[in-house]
Amino acid sequence: MSVLRLTDISKRFGAIQALNGISLSIEPGEVIGLMGDNGAGKSTLVKIIAGNFRPTHGKMSVADREVEFHRPIEARENGVEIVYQDLALCDNLTAAANVFLGREKYRWIGPIRILDHAAMYKHAGGLFRELKSETRPRDLVKQMSGGQRQAVAIARTMLSEAKLVLMDEPTAAISVRQVAEVLTLIRHLRERGVAVVLISHRMPDVFAVADRIVVLRRGTKVADKAVSKSSPEEVTGLITGAIEVA
Amino acid sequence: MSAISTTLDETINRQTHGPIGQLLTKQTFWVFIASIIAFAALSLSTDVFFTPSNLFNVARNCAFVGIIGLGMTAVIITGGIDLSVGAILALSGMVVGMMMAADYPIWIAAPCALLAAMACGFFNGVFIAYVRMPAFVVTLAMMSLARSLAMVLSGNQMVYQFGVDHKKLVALGGGSTAGWFTWLADVVGTDTSLGAFFTRLSELIYIPNPAIFLAIFALIFGFAFRWTRWGRYIFAIGGNQKAAILTGVPVRQIKTSVYVISALMAGIAGILQVGWLGTITTGMGLGMELIVIAAVVIGGTNLAGGSGTAFGAVVGAVLIEMIRNSLTLLGINPFWQGTFVGAFILIAVLFDSVKKLKQDEE
Ligand SMILES: Nc1ncnc2c1ncn2[C@@H]1O[C@H](COP(=O)(O)OP(=O)(O)OP(=O)(O)O)[C@@H](O)[C@H]1O
Ligand SMILES: [Mg+2]
Repeated sequence: MSVLRLTDISKRFGAIQALNGISLSIEPGEVIGLMGDNGAGKSTLVKIIAGNFRPTHGKMSVADREVEFHRPIEARENGVEIVYQDLALCDNLTAAANVFLGREKYRWIGPIRILDHAAMYKHAGGLFRELKSETRPRDLVKQMSGGQRQAVAIARTMLSEAKLVLMDEPTAAISVRQVAEVLTLIRHLRERGVAVVLISHRMPDVFAVADRIVVLRRGTKVADKAVSKSSPEEVTGLITGAIEVA
Repeated sequence: MSAISTTLDETINRQTHGPIGQLLTKQTFWVFIASIIAFAALSLSTDVFFTPSNLFNVARNCAFVGIIGLGMTAVIITGGIDLSVGAILALSGMVVGMMMAADYPIWIAAPCALLAAMACGFFNGVFIAYVRMPAFVVTLAMMSLARSLAMVLSGNQMVYQFGVDHKKLVALGGGSTAGWFTWLADVVGTDTSLGAFFTRLSELIYIPNPAIFLAIFALIFGFAFRWTRWGRYIFAIGGNQKAAILTGVPVRQIKTSVYVISALMAGIAGILQVGWLGTITTGMGLGMELIVIAAVVIGGTNLAGGSGTAFGAVVGAVLIEMIRNSLTLLGINPFWQGTFVGAFILIAVLFDSVKKLKQDEE
């Protein structure tokens, strides 16, 4: 059984062909390192999987069932979570509000449904503890460090039992210690059978956690192989085009 | 539990600011203090300000600004603006006035007026949220459109007589708690002790009806901003619209809703204002949008979006109305009013800019 299977996915933005016939299959507990130069189409690909964009062409199945995501919530309901490249945080809201954005907790007073702030603070606090991040649920994201912001974005993916977590450059702009924490988190996810797609420009991170490396170049998949059978040199060549395909 | 996890827990559970510290950084709080000082100063320095009839006037006038200001606050929180509220007020007033003049009862005319107002708001919302035109342009167009419709509707005549429910309309907009208590006394019987009590209350308490509407709406908006999904989403959209879209917030529906609500509030104010004035004129609500925006901004709502409170809208409305009233009372040429209001807007926005400067330095 594959967690996710993409068949011949293409995406056009007007005149730009962002993705070109991408096929990819991900098994449970597998960590995929998705690499490629700026503009190669990595973010576009994960946004299609997360229900932000519709593919122009191609099929997608989750747990061997064909799906079409029209909205992010549908992807989440199918166990797909994502950390966006720019984190997608609202500076004016608290950490907890951001974690729960789009799937708030509610309680009822009589016939009126209201936000359950207390429960959201508590739950978010628990997630930050699990991430070993010194992030206070009640603080505004505006006042937070890069690492804390990252923790908020990652905590979102832990709200439900995800089957697949997509991380678009989760280690950009954070400290060495925090990078180590994110990588540890990815390993934890793998142990629990969760598949992870890690987009990163940092070769050491990818080689540290990934089982398989997929390389995109100008919207086309040019490599898909086990980490053990590749090397940073080869991947660099694939990204730049010095090596055509592997 | 190990030492490290204890400190982590402590950090996670700690609050950064105490409630007092937080209060002192809020513009709304300082504007509130300024209003109280202005109130005290005016009461002491002139004997025409602190009189029942003048306070009654101030309360009623600021209620119109405040009611519309609440809807405007929601719009501004999402990062938008609504320039059409004055014209929508006029349209709503015209619909209710003309229909009642044609002998429709108030319970038909008033909902029709509100529907007309909300249709304008819906139109604004669709063009802003779905067609993605700038709010400034769309509501500017609506400002012209709604006022023109109002004038067409009026046939350029003055109306003083509102048919079968004339009294109800006038009592609604021009009345006060005194009227309600008198009515209650009549219901229970003026000769009963409860009736006598209500009669006594009607002599003691004069709160204009529009101010009661403002108080109720302020509570509803304050609640909605903090406790509802809608409230959470308008702040999210104002903070980072892209993030809101990515995380699956129904951005277009929510944005449309704020313009409908803003128009609804303008519509309500329009009905109340016709009741108070006892007539309809095409000049109703002229320039109102600017006063309302000024009140909201002075009350601490940031025009850049992402922040604002219901309380701020009320406080801003009160302060602006007190300034206008006192200038009139003090016999200062009314042309100066704009200068004062303008100065207050600048001070309010300056407050924000200074805060930002300080943050950037940190
Ligand atoms: N919403 C959009 N509208 C139009 N074009 C887009 C859109 N999103 C991405 N593109 C285009 O699609 C191509 C792929 O972009 P994408 O963001 O997927 O690249 P990436 O591999 O994530 O790059 P980076 O490493 O810089 O994040 C680029 O040419 C980009 O300009
Ligand atoms: Mg990208």
